[in-house]
Amino acid sequence: MMTLFGIPTAALFGQLLLGLINGAFYAMLSLGLALIFGLLNIINFSHGAQYMMGAFVAWLGLTYLGANYWVALALAPVIVAAFGIVLERTMLSRLYKLDHLYGLLLTFGLALIIEGFFRQLYGISGMPYAVPKELAGGWNLGFMYLPIYRAWVVFASLVLCIGTWLLIEKTKLGAYLRAATENPALVQAFGINVPVMITLTYGFGVALAAFAGVLAAPIYSVNPLMGSNLIIVVFAVVVIGGMGSIMGSIVTGFMLGILEGLTKVVYPEAAGTVIFMVMVIVLLIKPAGLFGKGA
Amino acid sequence: MTSQSVTTPAAAASSGPSRQTIFVGLLLVLALAAPFAVYPVFLMKGLCFALFAAAFNLMLGYVGLLSFGHAMFFGWSAYITAHAAKEWGLTPEIAILLGTFCAAGLGAVVGWLAIRRQGIYFAMITLALAQLMYFVALQAPFTHGEDGIQGVPRGHLFGLIDLSDTMNMYYFVLAVFVLAVLFLYRVVHSPFGQVLKAIRDNEPRAISLGYQVHRYKLIAFIISAGLSGMAGSVKSLVFQLASLADVHWHASGEVVLMTLLGGVGTIFGPAAGAYLVVTIQNYFASAGSWVTIIQGFIFVVCVLAFRAGIVGVFAPFLKKRGIEA
Repeated sequence: MMTLFGIPTAALFGQLLLGLINGAFYAMLSLGLALIFGLLNIINFSHGAQYMMGAFVAWLGLTYLGANYWVALALAPVIVAAFGIVLERTMLSRLYKLDHLYGLLLTFGLALIIEGFFRQLYGISGMPYAVPKELAGGWNLGFMYLPIYRAWVVFASLVLCIGTWLLIEKTKLGAYLRAATENPALVQAFGINVPVMITLTYGFGVALAAFAGVLAAPIYSVNPLMGSNLIIVVFAVVVIGGMGSIMGSIVTGFMLGILEGLTKVVYPEAAGTVIFMVMVIVLLIKPAGLFGKGA
Repeated sequence: MTSQSVTTPAAAASSGPSRQTIFVGLLLVLALAAPFAVYPVFLMKGLCFALFAAAFNLMLGYVGLLSFGHAMFFGWSAYITAHAAKEWGLTPEIAILLGTFCAAGLGAVVGWLAIRRQGIYFAMITLALAQLMYFVALQAPFTHGEDGIQGVPRGHLFGLIDLSDTMNMYYFVLAVFVLAVLFLYRVVHSPFGQVLKAIRDNEPRAISLGYQVHRYKLIAFIISAGLSGMAGSVKSLVFQLASLADVHWHASGEVVLMTLLGGVGTIFGPAAGAYLVVTIQNYFASAGSWVTIIQGFIFVVCVLAFRAGIVGVFAPFLKKRGIEA
């Protein structure tokens, strides 16, 4: 067996791949959080629950309607985003003039309701979701075995993240968005409908979470609690990266996923806590976060 | 909203004991008589969470910082007290003090890290650090993982009073609660508390007046953490159990809910909220996830339509009559 630094390479690359996949989810979720925070100034605590909803919509579609994975990947984000937009219009929009903490508390309450509802209906044991047959199997790369689906998840999330970055940094719509993040009143004065933009941004952020949920369904079992455990780690990722830049969220997400994977090889006991440790160190050295500005 | 009613004309004009004293006295009589009418263990659970919420309220209500990780102080001091009472055979008062001081120490470290950021970041950092402490509790051998520390002896208070007697235990818990709330009341109404409120209302101005706001925030955080720890310590003796549920982020969310429901920044609000939430928990205990759904629903209603909370709604009415709620 090949070894590297005294660690079997198969185990090392296997954990690196797992880390990369976790990183892909951190990146997609923190990207959505950063987008929503930029324009709405709230932390969307129900982001984890919306990620879980994405996975559940995929599972429900497959189980009851026979909708396959690709249909779910296209439709689940739309359905969950529509749900998100209803929440934004009916509830969140009432809080913009208040302390931003109320937005956090409201979305926390919504997360409890959504999570409790799915737990009441489907229990906590988790439902398996089969890997689509186009992506089943794997490649033997010589030094490790690479399941095709995992490669797909990394690829799809990279495309999504980079696409979002291009959308925001390089298009006219993105320019409006960035301008509204800086100064919504002024952008509105130029005749751009900022409230609609806020609603659509929230919907887009939620859609990102739901898309991540569908991608996650075949890897992790579909479980009502899958989001709440993840979201706290994503919060730490957001604190580490700072919410100042879109690319910052993406890079930080992938980096921390890989770091977590490496920790699993070197010192498995710390794998659950390493991201929080990094957060402590970053707070000591650069409180605004690696890519953040101001407080 | 938090000005001192003791000095309002209504109270100053009345002769004899002030209305505030009468109001508090009535509440105290009610608390003393309650175990003869209501199941004492339920009352004790309520008192523990009332203290927890009152300690949490010091941060949210008087410093304006939302901590989403207070369960780490509550849960960890429960572990420490349970371990000290069970494995080391310490008397309950020493075990509780030990838990309280450990929570205050943890609060010093967490506060020192978290007050570097404000608002939403503060909430996220405390939540993440609490999750870190949750993982430590999950893996540390002395906490016994999923089982928790079971069969904690209540012991004899000062080596004399047998706390395994439910009534003795109740009056002990009540005494701890009253002393802790009196302490919090003093803190809030001291010059130190006035500075805290100034920081809450306008931090840049407090800085420009020469106050070291970081130091004030940190001290408030340590007090809040220590008293949250005291609540957790007492709870571990009441239920003779310290478990992962108390360190979980759900517990952090519950204390926010209690404070919000009762009334942020009021003296009696957190206690009222705590009793309501505990009642809901007991009532729906056998109904699966309904407790979570209802709690989420109360969150949404409180934030959208009921931001003053139960006591907060009555506070102006009572204040006119010289009572600070």
